Amino acid sequence: MTTLFTSDHEWLRIEGDVATIGVTDYAQSQLGDVVFVELPKVGRSLKKAEAAAVVESVKAASDVYAPISGEVIEVNEALGSEPALVNSDAAGKAWFFKLKIADKSELGGLMDEAAYKAHTA
Amino acid sequence: MLARDNHQPLLKHTPLHAVHVASGGKMVPFAGYDMPVQYPAGVLREHLHTRSSAGLFDVSHMGQIALRPKSGRLEDAALALERLVPQDILAVAPGRQRYAQFINAAGGILDDLMVANFGSHLFLVVNAACKAEDEAHLRAHLSDTCAIEPLVDRALIALQGPKAESALGKLCADAAAMRFMDAGPHRVNNIDCFVSRSGYTGEDGFEISVAAEHAEALAKSLLADADVLPIGLGARDSLRLEAGLCLYGHDIDTSTTPVEGALEWSIQKSRRSGGARAGGFAGAEKILAQLEMGAPRRRVGLKPEGRAPVREGAPLFADITSTEQIGAVTSGGFGPSLNAPVAMGYLTSSHATIGGRVFAELRGQRLPLQISPMPFVPNAYKR
Repeated sequence: MTTLFTSDHEWLRIEGDVATIGVTDYAQSQLGDVVFVELPKVGRSLKKAEAAAVVESVKAASDVYAPISGEVIEVNEALGSEPALVNSDAAGKAWFFKLKIADKSELGGLMDEAAYKAHTA
Repeated sequence: MLARDNHQPLLKHTPLHAVHVASGGKMVPFAGYDMPVQYPAGVLREHLHTRSSAGLFDVSHMGQIALRPKSGRLEDAALALERLVPQDILAVAPGRQRYAQFINAAGGILDDLMVANFGSHLFLVVNAACKAEDEAHLRAHLSDTCAIEPLVDRALIALQGPKAESALGKLCADAAAMRFMDAGPHRVNNIDCFVSRSGYTGEDGFEISVAAEHAEALAKSLLADADVLPIGLGARDSLRLEAGLCLYGHDIDTSTTPVEGALEWSIQKSRRSGGARAGGFAGAEKILAQLEMGAPRRRVGLKPEGRAPVREGAPLFADITSTEQIGAVTSGGFGPSLNAPVAMGYLTSSHATIGGRVFAELRGQRLPLQISPMPFVPNAYKR
């Protein structure tokens, strides 16, 4: 299992040909109290950089973009009833959706944890 | 996913800037000032703390203006100001304050403001983004009768919430005796201040105007109270939205009249048709007609039926399929006290019926909203 990061503050946990995607702890700290999350529909085919989900704080809405291309195979329904999970456990329980990876070569453009730490430093 | 902060140079600082930074305030540009949008507690907790205890807000960016009658008779200043606002200013008793709007010739709102009678002069508090234009407007129209004096070396601190009275009472013996919209000079912590029992959160509370040099000491004295937390602009916005209060430049502006903005409660009988001083203000023809006949559109409260916040700019429709837009959201977000999304906006009057249902278009979907009375959270003013 590998964890990769985007410069837009998303994380991807790669297991075989499935990527689980969420936002980083740094992102949730910048967003503030999350009050609503809109997730993509299961079965939707996402292209890399396409708006995939929306995360809203009291003050503002932010888009979450698909970090790689793929088909949505599962979404985290728990975020619908408990959006504050994004604040309390961004890297764990508050995963957003799982993608069946369309093109593994797209993973090459992502950061590892050390590079992401440097990015937010 | 996150927009980068645009670093803007030349932002002005209020006299409380160092207090915000020391309190961990996240500073953002607002109306030309470097202002705290939130503190480490976060918007949600700051909002709820203000409703349950007391919050301290720096509103020093707002304009404070003294309007002094050249004749020495306050009624001359009051009557002069009545040429620019549809409110009865003559009837504002000494030590009292009233909500008003500057109106242009077309009946549009140039700014909304508070007007207090300080005996020898009127004391005005205007919006930060409008204060230069307001001052020019006053000079252009009232210089014959009034001296217009912007009070630039003063801070303005709002203390809001159910524990505001007890917190201010420790520093100001007069605080508890004041009623909603009382305003005048008081000693706070042995400093001469102007204090009003008012605010913009829907809660009981006070606004304290203090000389810039004493502002930091006063703010620190208030923040030393365990009940008082500093509150940023983020929670100020969600608090005023739940209270159904307009944000100038969003919910009201030069394209909206006070009647369209559902602010006719603020226009006294004396200034309406048949009143003692009917009309006589800029835009009177349009506003008096709208008071009698109604306006083509109205500001209404909107409660999204789902969990998704519906924000400023969302177009409104009568049903799921209609292509004819009947209005738009002007303020919207999440109401922490309601634990639900909340909004306000304008609707064509024929659709602006309390209890009715309209649809907002959001990310390609039509979401239902109930047309609701305001305020969304009951006022807690000490009348």
